[in-house]
Amino acid sequence: MILASVLTTNLAILVLAGFVGFIVISKVPNTLHTPLMSGTNAIHGIVLLGGLLVVGLSGNSAFNKVILVIAIAFGTINIVGGFLVTDRMLEMFKSKPKPKAGAGEGKDGGGKGETGGES
Amino acid sequence: MIGIHPVMGTFLQAQSFLDVLYIIAFGLFIQGLRGLSGPTGAVRGNRIAAVGMLIAIIATLLNVNEGNWGLIALGIALGAAVGIPAARQVKMTAMPQMVALFNGLGGGAAALVASLEFQRGAHSLEGITAFIAGSMLFATLIGSLSFSGSIIAYLKLEGKFEKPMTFAGQNILNGLILLVILGLCGWLTFNASSSNATTAFIVMFSLALFFGIAMVMPIGGADMPVVISLLNSFTGLAVAADGFAIHNLAMVVAGTLVGSSGTLLTLLMCKAMNRPVTNVLFGAFGSSGGSAAAATGVAGTVKPIQADEVALLLAYAQRVVVVPGYGMAVAQAQHSVRELTEELGKRGVEVQFAIHPVAGRMPGHMNVLLAEANVPYDQLIEMEAINPSMERVDVCLVIGANDVVNPAAREDKSSPIYGMPIIDADHCKTVIVMKRSMAAGFAGIENHLFYKDNTRMLFGDAKASLNALVAAVKAS
Repeated sequence: MILASVLTTNLAILVLAGFVGFIVISKVPNTLHTPLMSGTNAIHGIVLLGGLLVVGLSGNSAFNKVILVIAIAFGTINIVGGFLVTDRMLEMFKSKPKPKAGAGEGKDGGGKGETGGES
Repeated sequence: MIGIHPVMGTFLQAQSFLDVLYIIAFGLFIQGLRGLSGPTGAVRGNRIAAVGMLIAIIATLLNVNEGNWGLIALGIALGAAVGIPAARQVKMTAMPQMVALFNGLGGGAAALVASLEFQRGAHSLEGITAFIAGSMLFATLIGSLSFSGSIIAYLKLEGKFEKPMTFAGQNILNGLILLVILGLCGWLTFNASSSNATTAFIVMFSLALFFGIAMVMPIGGADMPVVISLLNSFTGLAVAADGFAIHNLAMVVAGTLVGSSGTLLTLLMCKAMNRPVTNVLFGAFGSSGGSAAAATGVAGTVKPIQADEVALLLAYAQRVVVVPGYGMAVAQAQHSVRELTEELGKRGVEVQFAIHPVAGRMPGHMNVLLAEANVPYDQLIEMEAINPSMERVDVCLVIGANDVVNPAAREDKSSPIYGMPIIDADHCKTVIVMKRSMAAGFAGIENHLFYKDNTRMLFGDAKASLNALVAAVKAS
């Protein structure tokens, strides 16, 4: 039965995605937990897709349409707001125009462009 | 564009193309989150994730049936018109509220989509399987709970009814409500097409909304970070369940990613506070503990100090450690702090910031604020790293922090925060506590630090005090 195999596939994906989430997040330092929270917050705005798909189905009453527009608006706020806010926060962690004279380690100098594996 | 019924998961060519785009999208999500593991790659990481989101949206739009572009454009335009200015204008100090609000809206959207799909499925000729019904009910329940809970968290962080609201038998009442909700969900799972289903569904939905409020109301403002993180993971799970119900791969993956990362983050935070998550959620922190702490009584007196004396202490110190807390955020004092530390740096004083993992209203909140004020990243030291050397610190400047420096966590077994790791400010030679008044902190716990022999209190608004200190240090 096709439906059942789709479900088991989705379940397998769910379990794997769960583990990936755990592993990726366990590497994020405390410092970046606020941006992390708002970043993942933006990602669950993907619920917008649900609104987009359902609004395309036939047989939506006027009431349903209003609800769906609200859902799409909420999802959009979640996405654009989440990513913009995260971006603003992270911009502040980037290297400053003039690193302090005394402490100029250059470790957070933008030139590296790599994840600067410090805690 | 293509007249298929995506909800039924019909696999046409377009579907596999869609799936490929989705796979690219969540590859980018994971890569983006990985980028967040260091400050330098983080901006790019976030943008990579945003590109992934854009791909997922475009892929979906390619698959949307014709005739509803107006509604879609309206929804997106409304969302962008609200979301973009809000995100642009919000102050860094108000970031936790904003995240809570965005999270709530995501949860609300998940609940709305799920409930519409449930009604449609229930009234369709073929009905829905118990599994699909269960997923939709789960998404409705968790999503609406996350919506109302996040709104309360938002209001609490905005300073409305911050204090925990508790009454006798609260946990029992909440438990009963939850049981009713679960009972209704269980019944609806197997009787989705019954004539009473719509009524039962509406009752369940309303109770879930109410439960979100009832769950967050008793939790104190200081624990809101944990709540937001938990609700964040709830929304993620709701989205994943939605994805299950409408067979959308991208929603399943992205929702689960957020769900698991939010759960982990919640547990990490609770670990930093040395409290099990159940204690945060059902402990009604501060309400019972406050009286116990007051009963033990604290020995010693509070010794106030004036700004010019503090300036002298600072100017002639060798090593100064600043412990920032939420009070610094409230007073918008991060720029004044940076000015003071620069001024001290010019005089050859070694200045560092000691960052407690749960200082502020979000983990990493202080780092964001200090980064905003251009404090160099390498001056920010985490708690474990700085504690062993606190004895050698001449002056410790506690700015608007309270519970995270309270030695009761080490000394007083009856204290509700006993066992929580703290920054050992009391080990420094002199501790200056900047505080607006003697009112107890968020948690309502008496702070033993204020009564120590080596502690002086500098009362007043943190920003005004800091500006006075800057002037006085410059003059000395």
